[in-house]
Amino acid sequence: MNSVLFDVPGPRARARHRIGTIVGGAAIVAFLGLLGWKLWVEEAITPDQWSFLTVPGIVLGLAEALLFTLAAAATAIGMAVVFGAVFAFGRLSDHALVRWPCLVVVEFFRAVPLLLLILFLFIAYGWALGPFGSLVIALTLYNGAVLAEIFRAGLLAVPRGQREAAYSIGMRKYQVMLLVLAPQAIRTMLPAIISQCVVALKDTALGFIIGYSGFVHEGDLIFTSIQYNNPIAVGIVLAAVFIVINYSLSRLAVHLESRLRRQGTTVVHVDEGVE
Amino acid sequence: MDEYLPELLARLADGFAVTLRMLGWSALIAGIVGTILAAMRVSPVPPLRAFGTSYVNIFRNTPLVVLFLLAVEGLPTVGVRISFEWFAIITLATYTASFVCEAIRSGINTVDVGQAEASRSIGMTFGQSLGIIVLPQAIRAVIPPLASVYIALAKNTAVAAAFGVVEATGQLSNLIRDFASFLWFSFFGIAAGYVIIVLVISGIAGMIERRLAVVR
Repeated sequence: MNSVLFDVPGPRARARHRIGTIVGGAAIVAFLGLLGWKLWVEEAITPDQWSFLTVPGIVLGLAEALLFTLAAAATAIGMAVVFGAVFAFGRLSDHALVRWPCLVVVEFFRAVPLLLLILFLFIAYGWALGPFGSLVIALTLYNGAVLAEIFRAGLLAVPRGQREAAYSIGMRKYQVMLLVLAPQAIRTMLPAIISQCVVALKDTALGFIIGYSGFVHEGDLIFTSIQYNNPIAVGIVLAAVFIVINYSLSRLAVHLESRLRRQGTTVVHVDEGVE
Repeated sequence: MDEYLPELLARLADGFAVTLRMLGWSALIAGIVGTILAAMRVSPVPPLRAFGTSYVNIFRNTPLVVLFLLAVEGLPTVGVRISFEWFAIITLATYTASFVCEAIRSGINTVDVGQAEASRSIGMTFGQSLGIIVLPQAIRAVIPPLASVYIALAKNTAVAAAFGVVEATGQLSNLIRDFASFLWFSFFGIAAGYVIIVLVISGIAGMIERRLAVVR
């Protein structure tokens, strides 16, 4: 523990910490125990509430629905990378006529709630796009806008000498960008891009609201059925699956970031992973 | 158009009144809970640290929609009876508290260890070192990420539209149903409201940042 706030504890502080450990530990155990007890006596987490997990058809249905959710997220991320790259280059353009519209588009999609985009696309153009199309396009616009900012920061973070050297041997602007800056920038942007994948995957769950038959929708079908009627148990299962996937992705991002830092690379930092 | 514009403005006013009310309450609760969690995560007491870490990892990695389902569909089955709006506020606050915690913790961590060591070496107590040396520097580093968290919260209030709260985003389907030909107007009207909220939050953050800035 090397927190800025505390000295290395001496004997008295260690005794205090021991008391804190006992009191704090007891308080947390009491809190969690009370919560668990309340859920148990209200029959929200009793064994029969979890019985749906033993029905092969239901588990297979959940697995398939999870694949649909992952597919939507992957499609959206892929398209968002393209969208982000185009608008990042646009924002770095030498022409104000290109720069300004790109700035407006990027800032607009970053500021508007994703659900508003999804609902608008679905209500207005759902007859043509379907739930999948509406969801994926909305995710692409939002995540693409965030990625555009990440890409721009990454390209700008490449040491200036690289750009100057490339120009001085006569490269054109697109060559400098694509051959010199982008390959070096991608490394530094990887952690930020992975963090954004976590955000996109979580946001894919919003597809439930417009009836996209993804993971959350499948869970909804289970707990709204008369047979089960167990929203808490199903909700915990849904949450657990998302937590496992997202936590693994986050660890990967942290791992990559610390490895890059050890190599002395400046890593692009984003705060948009807050969604 | 004569009929549409006043109606649009009236519904935007109704919708954003609810959005802002939810934003205010959930921001307040998330701020308090997040600060307590951050204090737990930097405390020297292992069980408190473990609790703070688990809370953050659980709620930061769960989709907001799933939390809403657990609250709106789940809590009534265990006897919790409150309005849809308060379900939304509690869900948003629970979710956002994990991000507030991380913003504050990363802020505290940006303060150089030498600062606290120096303050202790000239004989300051824990309270003095925290209050006069560490926190004033940490707050500066906390403002920008905290602003992003609250901007995300403002946008996340939209999810409540799908769970029984008619706030700004919830007005969209009504507006499109009643005024089908003004599709894009309705969308951009609501979007503009959110853009203004985002601009106000980042403006306030910028103001605080300038006030706290150190002249070097």
